[in-house]
Amino acid sequence: MDANTVQQVPLKTAARAKKKQSSYKQPWMLHLMVLPAVLLVFVFSYLPMSGIVMAFQDYKSALGITGSPWVGLKHFRYMFENEYFLQITWNTLFFACTKIVMNLVIPFIFALLLNEVRNTGLKRSIQTLVYLPHFLSWVILAGILIDLLGQTGLVNQMLSHVFGIKPIFFLGDGNWFRFTIIFSDVWKEFGFNTIVFLAALAGINPALYEAAEVDGASRLKQSFHITIPSLVPVIVVIGTLALGNVMNANFDQVFNLYSPLIYQQGDIIDTFVYRQGLLSGQFSFATAVNLFKSMISLILIVTSYRLAYRVAGYRIF
Amino acid sequence: MYHKTLSYRIFTIFNNVLLTALSIACLLPLFHLLMVSMSSTAPANAGLVTFWPIGFTMEAYAKTFNNANFLSSLGVSVQRTVIGTALAMFVNAIAAYALSKNTRIFRARNAYLWYFVVTMLFTGGLIPNYILVLKLGLMDTLLALILPGMVTVYNIILLVNFFRTVPAELEEAAFIDGAGHFRSFVSIYLPVSLPAIATIALFTMVGHWNAYFDGLIYIKESKNLPLASFMQTVIVQADMTKFDPTMVANMSPRTVRASQIFIGALPILAVYPFLQRFFVKGVIIGAVKE
Repeated sequence: MDANTVQQVPLKTAARAKKKQSSYKQPWMLHLMVLPAVLLVFVFSYLPMSGIVMAFQDYKSALGITGSPWVGLKHFRYMFENEYFLQITWNTLFFACTKIVMNLVIPFIFALLLNEVRNTGLKRSIQTLVYLPHFLSWVILAGILIDLLGQTGLVNQMLSHVFGIKPIFFLGDGNWFRFTIIFSDVWKEFGFNTIVFLAALAGINPALYEAAEVDGASRLKQSFHITIPSLVPVIVVIGTLALGNVMNANFDQVFNLYSPLIYQQGDIIDTFVYRQGLLSGQFSFATAVNLFKSMISLILIVTSYRLAYRVAGYRIF
Repeated sequence: MYHKTLSYRIFTIFNNVLLTALSIACLLPLFHLLMVSMSSTAPANAGLVTFWPIGFTMEAYAKTFNNANFLSSLGVSVQRTVIGTALAMFVNAIAAYALSKNTRIFRARNAYLWYFVVTMLFTGGLIPNYILVLKLGLMDTLLALILPGMVTVYNIILLVNFFRTVPAELEEAAFIDGAGHFRSFVSIYLPVSLPAIATIALFTMVGHWNAYFDGLIYIKESKNLPLASFMQTVIVQADMTKFDPTMVANMSPRTVRASQIFIGALPILAVYPFLQRFFVKGVIIGAVKE
């Protein structure tokens, strides 16, 4: 017995020593494991950042970034004097802000209503159907919308046969285009955006409802005094984080639906950058416009995350 | 009990009907398109098809699958989705493993983390990216579609958060048995985190399948175009120029376009049931955290 215990002690320390050795050593292995990602990010994220200097040059492909002449703030001056630029900035803000509000309000209401569906099978089927459009690309959805909203499309056929309304140019008339952009974005995303609310709803302590029931509160009263207040923190976090998206009007959506006819009401900063840069070859001007947008977005994102942390203690890691 | 009151019962019936109608309405457009794709050309062009095919025919699908450009695009899309997802998952997951260690074990962890997060906040933008791909000689190659978006910092963060919930005792046991970090990653972290990894892999696949813009700007040769970009050019761009009479003649009939859109959506519809099982979890890891 005695001999056994004596023997076990050195064994244990040996094991502990080995454990320490293998988990604390080998940091080179950890460095090696992040290496591929580090290299890729360097080439495809950090190198392009250095390309931003083009915004202060008159970039010529033949001369490259090192050889092109410096022009200071010429492109920025031109940008701010350009009335069209103000228009597309306004369009961008309009689209982005309307979408942020709609994508907060509608999923919220939908989640509250869905929460009242008792039949689990029905609830799950509804969820399955409304989440789906989120996963389809804007190319597919634009293809569907163009077909659906065309002059002989289903929507206009219905409008003329059922209500006797003349065909509406949903994608060819500026105001209707704006409506279509907002509406189709809600169609694609509202279902998916309910997930966060549903998760928060599932986290509400059932004892609260039981207590309210005992006190004779109706379901409507329970919604106003328990359900909605419990969701306020989630709304605050999502709303604050959305601040970072105020300059993001969704390039993919607008790019696939717009046409020169409605540039005045439909063109946004991102599509403008694409046309100026890659179609007209004005690399420097396009980079300047993009830089202006990214700087504002950067400030907004940092502010929104700080606010979200202050207000609700939210952190991403 | 509120369940039993008359007003709540009436509300429930209304609510159930409303939500059911709304969710069906979400998919009606896609269903309508499927019906158009299976109808004869004439009634489809006249806008007579609603929610049932008129003059049922699969001619549009036959035409689509006889189109050499469509087939080669399909091939490119499959390639970029399979290769791109496999590589991206490998690179992101091993990086996430290393970053999930605390600073005591991996002293440079926070520095690396910031190095990645900065790229979430600020990017060079479209033009510098384009010039970079051009200068690297990646134009018109599959690599142009795979490499630039391979590291997804958001996915790395999701995986880091997930890996940190794996009990440290599991790994310590492996270390005692002489495993290194890579072995521990492959034999412990991967199997344990399979649901999280599967979720992110599916999202990455959907992302690759749906990506069209990189194909549009980086690919010049039409046989190298991925399917999403191909569809963008034949469906969306063709429509924009329909005011030009010379284009109308070249435009494919409505039924063919409808069949192409539906085939493009089909893989997403096919993986969707699996996606749905996993993604609620995935989204919540990222969105709500204690």
